[in-house]
Amino acid sequence: MSELPTLRSRKLEISYNIPISKTKKFWDGLREGKIYGTKCRKCGRLYFPPVADCGECYSSDMDWVELSGEGEIITFTHIIVRPVSFQDQQPYTVAIAQLREGVKALAWLTDVKRKDIKVGMKVRLVAKVMEDGRVTYEFKPAEKTE
Amino acid sequence: MRRVAVIGVGHSKFGDRQDVNVRELAFESVKPALEEAGLTPRDIPYVTLGSVGVWYEEPLPAVAVAEYCGLTGAGLMRVEAACATGSAAVHSAYTAIASGYVDLALVIGVEKMREVDTFTAVELMGRAGSYLWEFENFGLTFPGYYALYATAYMNRFGATEEDLALVAVKNHKYGAMNPLAQLQREITVEDVLSSYVVAWPLKLYDCCPITDGSASIVLASEEKVRELKIDTPVWIAGIGVSSGTGTLSYRDDFIGLDAAVKASRTAYKIAGVEPGKIDVANVHDCFTIAELMAYEDLGFCSRGEGFKMVREGQTEIYGKIPVNVDGGLKAKGHPIGATGVSMIVELTKQLREEVTPSSRQAPMKNYVALAHNVGGTGHYCYVTILKR
Repeated sequence: MSELPTLRSRKLEISYNIPISKTKKFWDGLREGKIYGTKCRKCGRLYFPPVADCGECYSSDMDWVELSGEGEIITFTHIIVRPVSFQDQQPYTVAIAQLREGVKALAWLTDVKRKDIKVGMKVRLVAKVMEDGRVTYEFKPAEKTE
Repeated sequence: MRRVAVIGVGHSKFGDRQDVNVRELAFESVKPALEEAGLTPRDIPYVTLGSVGVWYEEPLPAVAVAEYCGLTGAGLMRVEAACATGSAAVHSAYTAIASGYVDLALVIGVEKMREVDTFTAVELMGRAGSYLWEFENFGLTFPGYYALYATAYMNRFGATEEDLALVAVKNHKYGAMNPLAQLQREITVEDVLSSYVVAWPLKLYDCCPITDGSASIVLASEEKVRELKIDTPVWIAGIGVSSGTGTLSYRDDFIGLDAAVKASRTAYKIAGVEPGKIDVANVHDCFTIAELMAYEDLGFCSRGEGFKMVREGQTEIYGKIPVNVDGGLKAKGHPIGATGVSMIVELTKQLREEVTPSSRQAPMKNYVALAHNVGGTGHYCYVTILKR
């Protein structure tokens, strides 16, 4: 920060209540150890992350489909410089994988040494309940999830 | 559609500008832009202002800036297209004139990013992709988005971290020659490779800095250009616009930006220009990987050949197509709402052959220039072609 004279503004803390009514099955599924996508009953398009409305054919008639989680890393990065709300985390690895069902997923990749991560590596997307009760999903090396 | 010309340009010093607030910073580019065009604020019927905001205190920057610059009463529109915000503001004013709605318009791009600390800025940029699916749980940052592309690109085509570094070295070389640039110093490949990792494989010197800055241009109809007896109008020959998904995992691949391919093809078609006719280009090098993908997306070379262009010096000032010879986002800085307008300011000066110092003037053969401005990671893309 520069040392020129400034006026410190009033402080405002913002957090949003994000509606999840239409994707509740997905968030509940994570608590049960399941990863759900949605599939359009009209055109057949599969979505992950799930959606309540099909942007392809505009149908809102969707099926919930449990995904195997099996996939292969397409790309990854290690986030060293972290956002202010992630300062309490150690640096983390974010990866995108192609899942067996044809959709892609983006999540943290854990339980593996950085030097062992490669494009093409087999992984599995698994649900996770965090210590504070929030739910998420992450990739783990396939051999560690068998 | 009527023809539209750039008739005045202005540009602030880019950098850590905590000596000015957003109003004062905008004034620094508005004043010279109006003066060059021989106009006063009263002559301007319509203003578009590009600014993403949130890192500075004013939620309605168009109103605050217009008031400060004596433009109150003009039609006002604030525009957002992430890092392509400036180009979106240009596009909006361009269509207003081309359609016959107005004969004159002022475009102001301004951003004040350094009123918050670095980690807050990293957070605000990171949130601006797909908050729900890629930030909430995964804290993906803006360098992280491009790092995912860098990993995929390097893996697919065999480009190296040294190749990425060459982009930074080139752009810093020209930034060192630009008195308005934030980082006016040359660097070496070793400097880049030894700088700390931000989002692997991207290191500090692969990333553009966080910047305050403003740039403004005055646009006019052909009729107005004649009436004002403008010596050297620079014509907007075509603008192509496209977009990509916010959620990266919905995309097909991570080796190029579809939005940039589509936007550039539209721009080339409207302007009746091919990549080989371009005398100078400014491309969106927010990260070094972005410039390499831009060469390919814009058709300067084939897919997977971009890193060879920088290796061979083809985008240096006397190369096949000089790229970012003002330092680019990498060294000039990237005040995200101002960047697209800054590109037009730079290219207007290039086309008028009045760049100072002249060592930074690209040789003109066809008097055609191209600006490629990406918002997010190809979430938005604007490609603008200018002709003298």
